[in-house]
Amino acid sequence: MLQPPTLPTNYTVKQGHIKTSTGKTIRTEEMIINMGPQHPSTHGVLRLEIVVDGEIIVDCIPHIGYLHRCFEKHCEHMTNYQQVIPYADRMDYCSAMTNEWAFALAAERMLKIEVPERVEYIRVIMAELQRIASHLIAVGTYGIDSGAFTPFLYTFIDREKILDLFEMTCGARLLYNYIWIGGLSHDLPPKFVEQAKDFVRYFRPRLKMLNDLLSYNEIFVKRTANVGVLPKDVAINYAVSGPQLRGSGVNWDLRRDDPYSIYHKLEWEPQVGKGEMGTVGDCWDRHIVRMHEMEQCLNIIEQALAGLPEGNVQAAIPKRIRPEKDAEIYVRTESSRGELGFYIVSDGTASPFRVKARGPAFVNLSVLPEIAKGGMIADLVLIAGSIDIVLGEVDR
Amino acid sequence: MEFIQTLLANELVVSILLSLLPLVFIIVYALVVLYTEMKVAAHIQDRVAYMRTGWHGLLQPIADMLKLLQKEDIIPDKADKLLFRLAPIIAFVGTYAAYAVLPFSSIYIGSNINLGAFFLVAVGSLVVVGILMAGWASNNKWSLFGGVRSAAQMISYEIPTAIAIIIVVMITGSLNLQDVTKFQDGGIGNWVVFGGPLPWSQKLMLMPFTIITFFILFVSSVAEVNRTPFDLPEAESELVQGFNTEYSGMRFAMFYLSEYANLFTVSAVGVALFLGGWSSPFGTFMSGPVWGIFWFVAKAYIFVLIQIWVRWTLPRLRVDQLMYVSWKVLIPWLFVCLLSVGLILVL
Amino acid sequence: MSAVGIYFYNIFHSLYTVVVGMKITINHLFTRSSTVQYPTVKMNIPERARNRLYVNIDDCIGCDQCSMACPVDCITIDTIKSTPDVDLGLTSKNTKKRLYVPRFDIDIAKCCYCGLCVWPCPTDCIVMTDVYEFSEFDRKNLIYSFSNMTVEEITTAEERLKKYDEEQAAKKAAIAAAAAEKAAAPMIPLPPKPESPAS
Repeated sequence: MLQPPTLPTNYTVKQGHIKTSTGKTIRTEEMIINMGPQHPSTHGVLRLEIVVDGEIIVDCIPHIGYLHRCFEKHCEHMTNYQQVIPYADRMDYCSAMTNEWAFALAAERMLKIEVPERVEYIRVIMAELQRIASHLIAVGTYGIDSGAFTPFLYTFIDREKILDLFEMTCGARLLYNYIWIGGLSHDLPPKFVEQAKDFVRYFRPRLKMLNDLLSYNEIFVKRTANVGVLPKDVAINYAVSGPQLRGSGVNWDLRRDDPYSIYHKLEWEPQVGKGEMGTVGDCWDRHIVRMHEMEQCLNIIEQALAGLPEGNVQAAIPKRIRPEKDAEIYVRTESSRGELGFYIVSDGTASPFRVKARGPAFVNLSVLPEIAKGGMIADLVLIAGSIDIVLGEVDR
Repeated sequence: MEFIQTLLANELVVSILLSLLPLVFIIVYALVVLYTEMKVAAHIQDRVAYMRTGWHGLLQPIADMLKLLQKEDIIPDKADKLLFRLAPIIAFVGTYAAYAVLPFSSIYIGSNINLGAFFLVAVGSLVVVGILMAGWASNNKWSLFGGVRSAAQMISYEIPTAIAIIIVVMITGSLNLQDVTKFQDGGIGNWVVFGGPLPWSQKLMLMPFTIITFFILFVSSVAEVNRTPFDLPEAESELVQGFNTEYSGMRFAMFYLSEYANLFTVSAVGVALFLGGWSSPFGTFMSGPVWGIFWFVAKAYIFVLIQIWVRWTLPRLRVDQLMYVSWKVLIPWLFVCLLSVGLILVL
Repeated sequence: MSAVGIYFYNIFHSLYTVVVGMKITINHLFTRSSTVQYPTVKMNIPERARNRLYVNIDDCIGCDQCSMACPVDCITIDTIKSTPDVDLGLTSKNTKKRLYVPRFDIDIAKCCYCGLCVWPCPTDCIVMTDVYEFSEFDRKNLIYSFSNMTVEEITTAEERLKKYDEEQAAKKAAIAAAAAEKAAAPMIPLPPKPESPAS
């Protein structure tokens, strides 16, 4: 059986000698540890190979591919573009609405379909609710990584309410198949607006409670401030995006800078890390950017609910979606983790010729070895948690 | 103790029986505290814990113990077999030996030695040896991490514990825990945490220092027993289960039992030294030999509850921050308290 | 702030945030828990829920639209054409059924519960119900067969179709033979065209 290469170019562990005060020499050696595919805190099946000198990390190599499900190959064999949407859901399963929206947007732009205004508003509401749900998972599991088990349970209680809203609308709680090419699968049920407004009212004080319990707790601050600092230039060079990029002080949000849908009509601010508790770009900044983003999502949802127009939820699309031959398009959207892009190439038939998904978690994970060097193992867990990866998106 | 001796008239059998009494207590207490922790943790997290085994899960601790008893005893192939088998026993022995000097009541103390407090600190180090052995013998890099971290943590938190005990000894004048408790008899005003049975002028000057000392003793003893926020050796999210990773079944149950027994020990030591041990806070009302056991266990149990509450609230400290807290925060403050208490007592 | 000031600030700030955190948790200790004690208490399923599939086979016209729409190919449908002398009945939407459906298997273990099969059905015979408790011990039990034709009915229908096809083929052959005969027979000469009056 083929042995996969473990460390680059014949790594030999560095050995050293320490002279004790009695004149003896103790031999020291670096240790290679596997934070293996099964581990309580790597957020999925990710293998991290760490070279440690005592507790200090000398090098860290992520090995991925344990969750590869051939998403892009499957897309080539679908009978039509609509069938790709359930597969796109399952890529980043914690944030399915944003995945569907990215793909639907790509197909619509390729076919030059205009969707009704009501569809845009509902899509924004769903995507922002999904962003809150995804950030709640990120924050909850981050608490567990640092040792506080209780915030996880609180965030999941709030997430239940969001999933109830989704179940009321499209029938599914996690993988929706709701945002279709040209519109939506169902219109909003009658009680949705009321229940969504209730949720917004309920969630604001819960955010404050979560901040008091976790974000501003001095022990948590001491664990995450000045840890895993990602400088601005390194972040831009590695093409990271999403809350990780904004945590490093770069004011870049695709909803404002490469606008799609109706985001330019609503009043909201992208949240940027300011280095309140340590340096700009440390783990605490990324965490607090996510917390503040949830509040901004609430603002967006309120405005969208207030301005919801009437209309139907399906544009007039041809029965057989057949883009022209050799048409290709790349569309990017801001998903919960960053820039999610779909590159579609068509060959004139009803099924795509090639679909490439640019997963933000994959690109964000590539920066891990750079920022983990020099820290401790306890820090590595927190750094990997602050990148907020979902292995479904990393491996597709 | 004497009347049982007259009953059986055989000193060896009597002393064995009396030294087994805390073991019975530990086993009963372990079941109670398992249930408490599970229910308190669940309700803090807005959920209910077990509801099906017995009414509201009352039989669950028994089910847990039965499950641990019947598990397969796995010893890793390359593990150091002797050390692997010895480690849980040593850890538990270290924990249990401390029960010999805990004054449960005015008529019962396992061993009324004149060096009680010193004995406690000494025996606490046995647990370190046990954990270090477990970490090394498991032949697992993660367990090794847990064991080594734990050794560093425990030895650096023994110093604040010892200094806090010295402060109490300065006030009460004896290392014998039974004498310390008798010194605080007579109501809540006589407790050492409020200054001890001394004239009011001295008490007022002593009170801030004794309160700080009590608090620091509590914190450092939580660190001694590896509870969050100091539970790095068994940091579940980093090291799977730390030094416990390779243990299963009854051996794991020994570690588990010794952790919960330690919880009670440190609370009991704090209570005996600072909060009057088995003496009733109302003076003579509700006091007596049997009432003594009730007060002792109840006061210690309150502190066990506080430890459980803290565990489910706070995140975990990192190794170097742990060392920082011990050496740069707890020890300097304790030295200040030591000097001040000494000065006040002399004046 | 000087180093000493930072030191003291850290200590007191830590204690303050710890106390704030502990206050929050103790409050939650006394609030009602959010657990729903399944299976004695079950949550309400909304009406649009997408759970197990159900096919009303009497309404199925065998159009195969659901099978083509499924992204994971979990529906298998076989059809047999019916002959004109057989009346299969009407669907609930009053359309005539023309196909027997001897096999309608859904592998519910493969189903991804996307609901794409429900939309194209012309008679709404395939629906997603709200049943979510259908675990089985054996994986074979998760292949649901909805067809209710017995083996005899299937063989009868196949034979009937074969006979009908043969009859149609024979009829076609007869017509073709008659046309060929007609083409091969000598032609009767046409009567001469009448002279045009002009010439």
